[in-house]
Amino acid sequence: MALANPKGTVLPSMNQPAAEIVQFDNVGLRYGAGREVLADVSFTLYPGCFYFLTGASGAGKTSLLKLLYLAQRPSRGLIRMFGTDAITLPRERLPGFRRRIGVVFQDFRLVPHLSAWDNVALPLRVAGQAEQDIAKPVSDMLEWVGLGDRFDARPATLSGGEQQRVAIARAVIARPDVLVADEPTGNVDPDMAIKLLRLFESLNRLGTTVVVATHDLHLIRKVPDSLIMRLDKGKLADPTGALRYPPRRQRQDAAAALDAADLP
Amino acid sequence: MRQLAATLPRRLRALGGEGESRLLPEARLSGPMPWVIAIMIALTVVAAASALALRHAAAAASADLEGGVTVQIVSAAPAERQRQSKTALDVLRRAPGVLHAEAVPQDQLNALVEPWLGTRTGDDLDALPIPALIDVRLRAAATPAALDALRTALARQAPAAHVDAQSSWLAPVFRAIGALQWAAGGLIALFAFATASAVLLAARNALGIHRETIEVVHMLGATDLQIARVFQRSMATDAAMGGLVGLLAGVVTTLGLGRQFSALGSGMVAQGSLAWTDWMVLVAIPIAGVLLVMVTARLTVLAALRRML
Repeated sequence: MALANPKGTVLPSMNQPAAEIVQFDNVGLRYGAGREVLADVSFTLYPGCFYFLTGASGAGKTSLLKLLYLAQRPSRGLIRMFGTDAITLPRERLPGFRRRIGVVFQDFRLVPHLSAWDNVALPLRVAGQAEQDIAKPVSDMLEWVGLGDRFDARPATLSGGEQQRVAIARAVIARPDVLVADEPTGNVDPDMAIKLLRLFESLNRLGTTVVVATHDLHLIRKVPDSLIMRLDKGKLADPTGALRYPPRRQRQDAAAALDAADLP
Repeated sequence: MRQLAATLPRRLRALGGEGESRLLPEARLSGPMPWVIAIMIALTVVAAASALALRHAAAAASADLEGGVTVQIVSAAPAERQRQSKTALDVLRRAPGVLHAEAVPQDQLNALVEPWLGTRTGDDLDALPIPALIDVRLRAAATPAALDALRTALARQAPAAHVDAQSSWLAPVFRAIGALQWAAGGLIALFAFATASAVLLAARNALGIHRETIEVVHMLGATDLQIARVFQRSMATDAAMGGLVGLLAGVVTTLGLGRQFSALGSGMVAQGSLAWTDWMVLVAIPIAGVLLVMVTARLTVLAALRRML
């Protein structure tokens, strides 16, 4: 469950058991008058779980991620995020929800006029953190992703891999409750891909729900405890219903992971 | 040391408290916008200065004429005209509410009609039935009731007397000045509307240019107000620069026009000079302009952002 304070910031409830963090129920999405790119999508995401979203190109992975990071409203169905109906969520409350979701866009979407350092600092500045509180975590994060010598570089002067690392650093800097990554390792070498995956796992161990869209089976095998969501032509393959109604053990594991996590 | 050198520019920027302002690129009103604002402010300053000067001229003339009354003795017979003129003068000097009454000397009357009738040798102005004039100054304003009281007092002993308020002679001038003041007010309103329209278009243009960045910042949790504030601040800077240039241009133009008009030597124009409070009003125009730009930019950006998710 989640509560919203008067300023619209979403706060986790302290006295509730670990409940689903995201719930999709028969969600459909169509752009304009076109065909449905997502149809009857139902699943539940629990805190502290690691999910891979797979599927062929055009299967609807990016559309599903857009719904997850609240860039799009569905054409039908129900979406609950942090215990709140996200379909009827008023616009003014969206920023509070979005600050709890980290996003790695497929095309990075770095702000071109800002340096790598300022791009990573952006979520913290948007959240109103003081400059003196921003400096160290941002610098440490950039050091960690191997860009300690590129603080002041503009995105245009960075390679594709470097841009991707800046995008990932920006997505995780604010310790989001949900991390949504669209092909986050597509432009980096295998070593860096593994390193970034370890970063996601570290964040996951701290209680962040991670959803990674990828084609890379090799990457999926690196996280044996992960759950796989496979999209096929806009439909989520869930023959046993385990994604929609996760088994009790998974829910208990999620609750235990959240309890054990050293949350700030 | 190397680390310090690398982070110094950023630390300096942080000291400047620029956190939020760095959310978006400098969304300055592109290209000619500051100059458009400068022109609008200059024209508004000149229009406002004109309206204020006209108001002063009208107020001063009105105060001069407020208690003034002219009594004409209109009679074709010179002797009768002279008799009634003397009688009327006596009656007026005794009448309550009259501060001062004085017959206009004949040579002054002759001087008044001279431009139309000429002064060639042999002209006999005395032969013309020019009315005798009495200049009367009342203690209070020449209201219709006060004029009626004078007419009643004169009716029996000087039936040829015509009583008129002096302000009535200048009524068309006052009406013209009033119309000019309304025109100046209308111009100021039009300039404000044109400025707001230009800012609206520029803000929409800037939003279009930075749409992708705004979407990303939105996805990171920025509120509409945060984004609007960035645009608003940036545009206010441009408006302030334009406003300053416009104020200077407007003041120089006003001073130049004032010098030209004062050279005319007309009493009414001389009374239309600006007081220091008027100059304060003119200085406030660019400030009002900056506020107008900020409000317009804010509302435009907020309205556009509301159409985004």
